[in-house]
Amino acid sequence: MEWLVAIAIGVMTSSGVYLVLRARTFPLVLGLTLISYAVNVFLFVMGRLQIGEAAIISAETTKYTDPLPQALVLTAIVIAFGMTAFLIVLALKARSELGNDHVDGMSYVAEEQENKVAGGDAK
Amino acid sequence: MNLLAFNLPLVALIPFLGAPIAAWAARFNRVASAWVAGIVTLLALLILMPAVHIPFDNETLVQSWSWLPALGLDFAFRLDGLSLLFSFLILLIGLLVILYARYYLSAQDSMGRFFAYLLMFMGSMLGIVLSENLIQLVIFWELTSLTSFLLISYWQYSQDARDGARMALTITGAGGLAMLAGVLMIGNMVGSFNLTDVLASGDLIRQNEHYLTALVLILLGVFTKSAQFPFHFWLPHAMAAPTPVSAYLHSATMVKAGIFILARLFPVLSGTEAWGWLVGGAGMITMVLGAYTALFKHDLKGLLAYSTISHLGLITLLFGFSTKLAAVAAIFHIINHATFKASLFMVAGIIDHECGTRDMRKVNGLLKYMPHTALLAMIAASAMAGVPLLNGFLSKEMFFQQALTATDHHTLSWAIPVIVTFGAVFSVAYSLRFIHDVFFNGEPQGLSKTPHEPPRFMKIPVDILVLLCLGVGMVPMLIVAPILSVAVAASIQSVPPDYSLAIWHGFNIPLLMSFIALLFGVIVYFYREKLFRWHDTNLPRLDAKTLFNRITHGLLVLSGRISRLFDRGSLQNAISWVLLSGVAATLYGFLQFDSPLFGDRTLLDANLLTMVQVGILVIASILTALLHHQRLVSLIIIGVIGLIVSLGFVKFSAPDLALTQLSVEVVTIVLLLLALFFLPQHSPQERSHRRLFRDLVLSISAGVTVMLLAMAVMSRDYASISGFFLENSKPGGGGTNVVNVILVDFRGFDTLGEIVVLALAGLGIFALLKDLKLPAPQRDIEGREWSHDPHPPIMQTLTRLLFPLMLMVAVFIFLRGHNLPGGGFIAGLIAAVALISQYLANGIAWTNARIKVDMHKVIAVGLTAAFVTGLAAMFLSYPFLTTTFTYLTWPIVGKFEIASAMIFDLGVFLVVVGATVLILVELGKLSHASHGLAQQEKK
Repeated sequence: MEWLVAIAIGVMTSSGVYLVLRARTFPLVLGLTLISYAVNVFLFVMGRLQIGEAAIISAETTKYTDPLPQALVLTAIVIAFGMTAFLIVLALKARSELGNDHVDGMSYVAEEQENKVAGGDAK
Repeated sequence: MNLLAFNLPLVALIPFLGAPIAAWAARFNRVASAWVAGIVTLLALLILMPAVHIPFDNETLVQSWSWLPALGLDFAFRLDGLSLLFSFLILLIGLLVILYARYYLSAQDSMGRFFAYLLMFMGSMLGIVLSENLIQLVIFWELTSLTSFLLISYWQYSQDARDGARMALTITGAGGLAMLAGVLMIGNMVGSFNLTDVLASGDLIRQNEHYLTALVLILLGVFTKSAQFPFHFWLPHAMAAPTPVSAYLHSATMVKAGIFILARLFPVLSGTEAWGWLVGGAGMITMVLGAYTALFKHDLKGLLAYSTISHLGLITLLFGFSTKLAAVAAIFHIINHATFKASLFMVAGIIDHECGTRDMRKVNGLLKYMPHTALLAMIAASAMAGVPLLNGFLSKEMFFQQALTATDHHTLSWAIPVIVTFGAVFSVAYSLRFIHDVFFNGEPQGLSKTPHEPPRFMKIPVDILVLLCLGVGMVPMLIVAPILSVAVAASIQSVPPDYSLAIWHGFNIPLLMSFIALLFGVIVYFYREKLFRWHDTNLPRLDAKTLFNRITHGLLVLSGRISRLFDRGSLQNAISWVLLSGVAATLYGFLQFDSPLFGDRTLLDANLLTMVQVGILVIASILTALLHHQRLVSLIIIGVIGLIVSLGFVKFSAPDLALTQLSVEVVTIVLLLLALFFLPQHSPQERSHRRLFRDLVLSISAGVTVMLLAMAVMSRDYASISGFFLENSKPGGGGTNVVNVILVDFRGFDTLGEIVVLALAGLGIFALLKDLKLPAPQRDIEGREWSHDPHPPIMQTLTRLLFPLMLMVAVFIFLRGHNLPGGGFIAGLIAAVALISQYLANGIAWTNARIKVDMHKVIAVGLTAAFVTGLAAMFLSYPFLTTTFTYLTWPIVGKFEIASAMIFDLGVFLVVVGATVLILVELGKLSHASHGLAQQEKK
């Protein structure tokens, strides 16, 4: 089971990193979202994998999972949402100010010229 | 209230508080700021007064507060004889300079700015001399560099002022960094940064193997600040400052800061051969070079600047002798130099003020135009030359005596008196030039105005200083002996040696040296024409400024080149470097790791369902990356990943996380959909195959390292600190859901910080979207026109029906949160989804008409609730955010628990609702506006 989770973390990281390295803002936001998933799960599994041992205190149970990483990850998920929202709005602002959605704000890049038709740009 | 418990920090900090007041006062009346500065200085002096007797009782006053106890750092101040002497110099000369500057500054100069800077500088200087903690001393030291930068560049419009200020800052700032390193080393050797401990550990430090390195680093700070060779060249360029600044900084205070360190650390660092060569060597070269160069300066202030350099060298040389008597002479000369040099600078300022130039080739024969000023200048300049009956003579005699005896045992000791006398000859010559060239020597040449005496109050500071020169010179025992004695005692940390301040010591060699210096000085001055010609033709021009500029320019170019190796102005490129170094650092960590990569914890058995889920997740992840050119498709696929992650949380005992992830997933996808509307629907293909390949390699290696790291952790057992939380959750926090209790109780401060971040993100987005105009696309990705019926009736009806139910779920989740999965974060997200679905289905206008709550206020109320819960605990004298709970019994409902943490959680709830709805609705409004825009265009 641990291997499965580790593989999931690894693949999400890989895809996330690949997307973060792209030149346009939207894939970059998607990539960061993927990386947040990976990081959250990574932090979560620092408490090791436990099944059916939720940290709800009751008289019958004596064994609980580690609640601390969960508390940390819970806020991390919400903060990640705030960050994603801020980033995507920043991307909108950049598009409005610069007229394109390239991370470097280049107004006329060769590849764009090449793919103008496929671009579907609204201009 | 015992003032002696805390007056020293007040003395140093009051000028900083006075600075803004001085700047503010200038708005009403420019002279008011001078008054503020004067009163603040007097106030500082007054606050210092109750402690003045302490050094005279041979005691040291230390006032300290714990600052960073983990590093052994205290916020600590100290008053001993040396601090007292310097505090008096700084405050009293400061007072005179303030009076002088009030008349010096012209109507165009901003007085508020000047006095604000001056006060800040004064505070920094006081901080240096009153510090007990060495780190704190360095902080004040750097503050003097910064404030002196502001003062030197006071006339910002002048290129010279800006260049001079920048040069002074670069040199003294760099020296300050070196000194910080040296201080850290000393603190490390002693185990404490407190001067009391450091001063008691002289032997320990001198025997340490790193003594030499620490010494050199500290001396770099000292030499740069006190303009010692080879760092002396910044001082003449700093003369672009207004003259009151020069009189204050470059005679009495800032340049003496380096000397102060020599005196302060004298018992710790001195007495070694390295000290003798470095300090003595630099001092001697500086003294002779300064005295020689001063004679050839035609600018009055230039002459004074080099003369200052020379006298600073003299003091440094004295400390270099390492004997106690030399320390006496050095400290005595510090006082004398401060008095005569400050008055001479002021005279130079008066002359500049009255003649419009400071060039000694033009300014001649002023005696008959300003006899009073001339008299003052002649006395002060004679003190500078070392003429008997003036203070300069006394300390110079002591200096000659030391030059003769301090290095008796050395083979080269005969050379020292000779070189010293050579320097003194030029000292006499340039002093004579200051008197003769300016006040005699014919008539003024081509002045724009007829000079006359300055305003009465401009001369008063000079009067006082010159009277001091005379007083110290004639009755030293009366005026200077007590303070000198305690200052020396504090500097050498023992009983001062026997010395005599008598004016007449009989016929001896020092007197002979004085006589030779005076005689040859006069001779040199009378043959100056020949000497000037020889100097101009035979000596190579070495312009330090050009060299300095060349070096700084070269360094800038070099660092620019190095940055460009990595950063070619492209963020896409920069992020790959960041990721690459992350991967490299992790790989390096793996290589350093000795034990086997995986531990021997018993792993859980995999089951088919999980395998399928992970399989879907892997495929979805890869597809998101592969199909990112089709943005809508990849957005839908990424939703799958979020859902599977939620399922994983359910599986592995984290119900709270699953609920959070699920609700965040909904808002995230809505958000990205809204944003995508305004972005191009496709990403263009990137053409560089090399880059794609590089990115592929980078991302796969990142994934593999993270996977291995996760596995290395998961396969090992560990000791958790969570036992505490599990045990205390119910008895201490009053809730059985430990995750929620951690959030609102144990780690409430973290949560408070996090909701503040969320609130700021919401407000930041609001600000970014304000007045943002983006054209909405007319057609969708397939080329079809957008539907203009955005609110289908079925969806409208359904969401309206569901709304109360959704809110009820939110309330339910919120209330049970303390004991069962749920809580403020999740409930907040659910409530936000409920609200947003109304906006989506019914439109913004319809919903706003019915929900008349400003989300800004919701955020504010939420933050206040969370914060007040924390403060309430403080009022009951518990630590911030301590919670309490009790049980209530209501009819029908029965016994239930009520905890103050619930109010905190309510705050969390409100902030999450407010921020989320604010973000999404603002984005929605944007699309609303654009639709309107597009339709208008159509019509």
